[in-house]
Amino acid sequence: MRHVISALVQNVPGVLAHVAGMLASRGYNIDSLAVGETEDPELSRMTFVVVGDDAVLEQVRKQLEKIVTVVRVDDISAQDFVERDLMLIRIEAPSDRRSEIQQLCQVFRGKVVDVAPEQMVIEISGQEQKIEAFIDLMRPFGIVELVRTGRIAMVRGVNRPRHEAGVRRVEE
Amino acid sequence: MATIDQTRTKGELTSGADILVQSLVNLGVDTIFAYPGGCSMPLHQALTRFGDQIRTILPRHEQGGGFAAQGWARSTGKVGVCMATSGPGATNLVTAIADAKLDSIPMIAITGQVPTAVIGTDAFQETPIVEVCRGITKHHYLVTDVEDLARIVREAYVLATTGRQGPVLIDMPKNVQFAQCVPDYNAPLNLPGYGNMHPPLARPEQINQIAAAIKMAKRPIIYAGGGIISAEASDDLRELVAKTGIPITTTVMGLGAYPSTDPLSLDMLGMHGSVYANYAVDEADLLIALGVRFDDRVTGKVEAFCKHGKIIHVDIDASELNKNKQAHIPVCSDVKFALEELNKIVEAPDDISGWVAQCKKWKKDDPFKYDESYPGILQQHAIRTLWETIHDQDPIIAVGVGQHQMWSAQFYKFDQPRRWLCSSGLGTMGFGLPAAMGAQAAHPGRLVIDIDGDGSFLMNVQELATCACEKLPVKVLLLNNQHLGMVVQWEDRFMHGNRAHTYLGPIDNPEWSGEGDGIGSTDPSERYPNFVQIAKGFGCGAAYVDKKDDFPAALEEMLAYDGPFVLDVAAPYQEHVLPMIPGGMTVKDMIKE
Repeated sequence: MRHVISALVQNVPGVLAHVAGMLASRGYNIDSLAVGETEDPELSRMTFVVVGDDAVLEQVRKQLEKIVTVVRVDDISAQDFVERDLMLIRIEAPSDRRSEIQQLCQVFRGKVVDVAPEQMVIEISGQEQKIEAFIDLMRPFGIVELVRTGRIAMVRGVNRPRHEAGVRRVEE
Repeated sequence: MATIDQTRTKGELTSGADILVQSLVNLGVDTIFAYPGGCSMPLHQALTRFGDQIRTILPRHEQGGGFAAQGWARSTGKVGVCMATSGPGATNLVTAIADAKLDSIPMIAITGQVPTAVIGTDAFQETPIVEVCRGITKHHYLVTDVEDLARIVREAYVLATTGRQGPVLIDMPKNVQFAQCVPDYNAPLNLPGYGNMHPPLARPEQINQIAAAIKMAKRPIIYAGGGIISAEASDDLRELVAKTGIPITTTVMGLGAYPSTDPLSLDMLGMHGSVYANYAVDEADLLIALGVRFDDRVTGKVEAFCKHGKIIHVDIDASELNKNKQAHIPVCSDVKFALEELNKIVEAPDDISGWVAQCKKWKKDDPFKYDESYPGILQQHAIRTLWETIHDQDPIIAVGVGQHQMWSAQFYKFDQPRRWLCSSGLGTMGFGLPAAMGAQAAHPGRLVIDIDGDGSFLMNVQELATCACEKLPVKVLLLNNQHLGMVVQWEDRFMHGNRAHTYLGPIDNPEWSGEGDGIGSTDPSERYPNFVQIAKGFGCGAAYVDKKDDFPAALEEMLAYDGPFVLDVAAPYQEHVLPMIPGGMTVKDMIKE
């Protein structure tokens, strides 16, 4: 099963290497990892996506908690949460195809952030499936370059168990 | 920790080197094993200024210093401290650090580092030792600001000695050793993520659950490990056994937690554990696992381990619970607290007399044994004779790694904790002599013996110089079979006896290719190397013995010697450590003959 783990860590040198090294040396596979400062400059937030059964996830969480610079670990998958990827994608865009691309971009609530004579850069954020769908749509135009962040996630303010939340979870 | 005010350097500008040493003194450290070099010289200069408060012992190799610090820690329960310079000095400590991590030994390792300005430039004797040691320390520091230093040393101490204990590395760039500040030895710790500032404690309902499971058990057994020794819970464990009458087996790390001479003791379990302990665990309906981690050398095939039994698992490290084996009652707790609480309410199971009788019968039917009629000196015979001769002196025993280690675990009967120094998790050859040396430094008047094999002994033989020069009268009982006995045993059992670099003598000797007589020569001139000459060269006493009848007198000579001594005992190499459950197999696959 896919789990999203959110870890609050001390903002000190080496903490990313420590966490990444632990996960690698114990053979855990990370699908995605995002790190950034929080509102408190002493703390950073790491968000992992890990695929594994409950026993694997229990170990990942406990091993993370054992790292001295890791302050708190939450497996937020059991809760209702919002998750996002951010992508920048550069596409072949000769002038006669720009409007078509722009239309698709609007449907996906993307933003054109750079236009060159033959290319465009689009910024798009959302859940993984949406990003994947957009990539598939852009393929026929010709993808020149693509960068994506890791997943970031946050628990919703009013929380319900995930299986009950389907109706309310309208994306964007 | 008490507030410190008896500090020499209070309120004055002080160098990083002096702050580090003063901090150690404040924490009660009175001995350090330290080998100097370019990037740790300021620290050594500081150590001379504190010479009346802290003894600096100079090992002859950094690894020896690391194991000596462990010998200190394992025999006292207090933190062991070692120091090395940057680069090769630091990397030479790595094995000792990894060893301390796997056996959860409290240790602070201090390394010199090149000045911060040149870190990352591949400077002379630079290694990124913090990077190297990330996965093998409980925590690690690279000190870049002298203002942080006093706090970091206290944090290192807290981390090494609380929760699940372990090694902490402090890497000290040379310029930070010189840099000055006015130290605050009581600066608050900055460990927001450390959960064991207060140890986890079992909840009352968990204690009730354990007591209820014990009350209902028909075939219970206690499986106790190094956690009992780390937690100083040996007395509580004894009380539990006394109150419940449940038979007990220990891991190799747990030897001494319960008296091996007691009738309810089933001795060690696992790969080379007793037949009776392994049978008992296999048949048990309740396994009470205390301060253990279900290591593969204990469980064999983990799915088959204690397959009929309910499992109670108490450990201070939450990540050990359900890691290798799912527990029915997992309890994250300081094991001493859990035992104290349990002992308040626990009742003996209704009737386990039949079960206890069965365990005792297994013990009687299949004791640890060897061929007592063998004309030469068998390793097992030497160890049993040693135990008979010295156990009333309450000595401390260190071992290397291999056959002699397992035979020591089997035939030396440990009755008290912290008498047995054994590299158990990492299995590091060369551990015995330096560990014994560290224990001797901590216990000057005590008899400290290194039972060693010739392969292991040679790996840190240089520490004989430390023993001689630092007046540490360690005795070495060298069970010398001229081979890497444990590997030979596996060659014999699993590789058709093909000798693959397991003979430790010259390549033109027939033994090298396995064409010897299977006994090996006892003629001193045909043996290699000449350990008596080596020991004497280091200024130690030494003797050679190969006849069974001469052994007791040789032992007496060693024990009576005023100073370090090596007794080179000619032993055969055809002996196998038995019983044996081959790796990944089950109790059904146990080899007894």
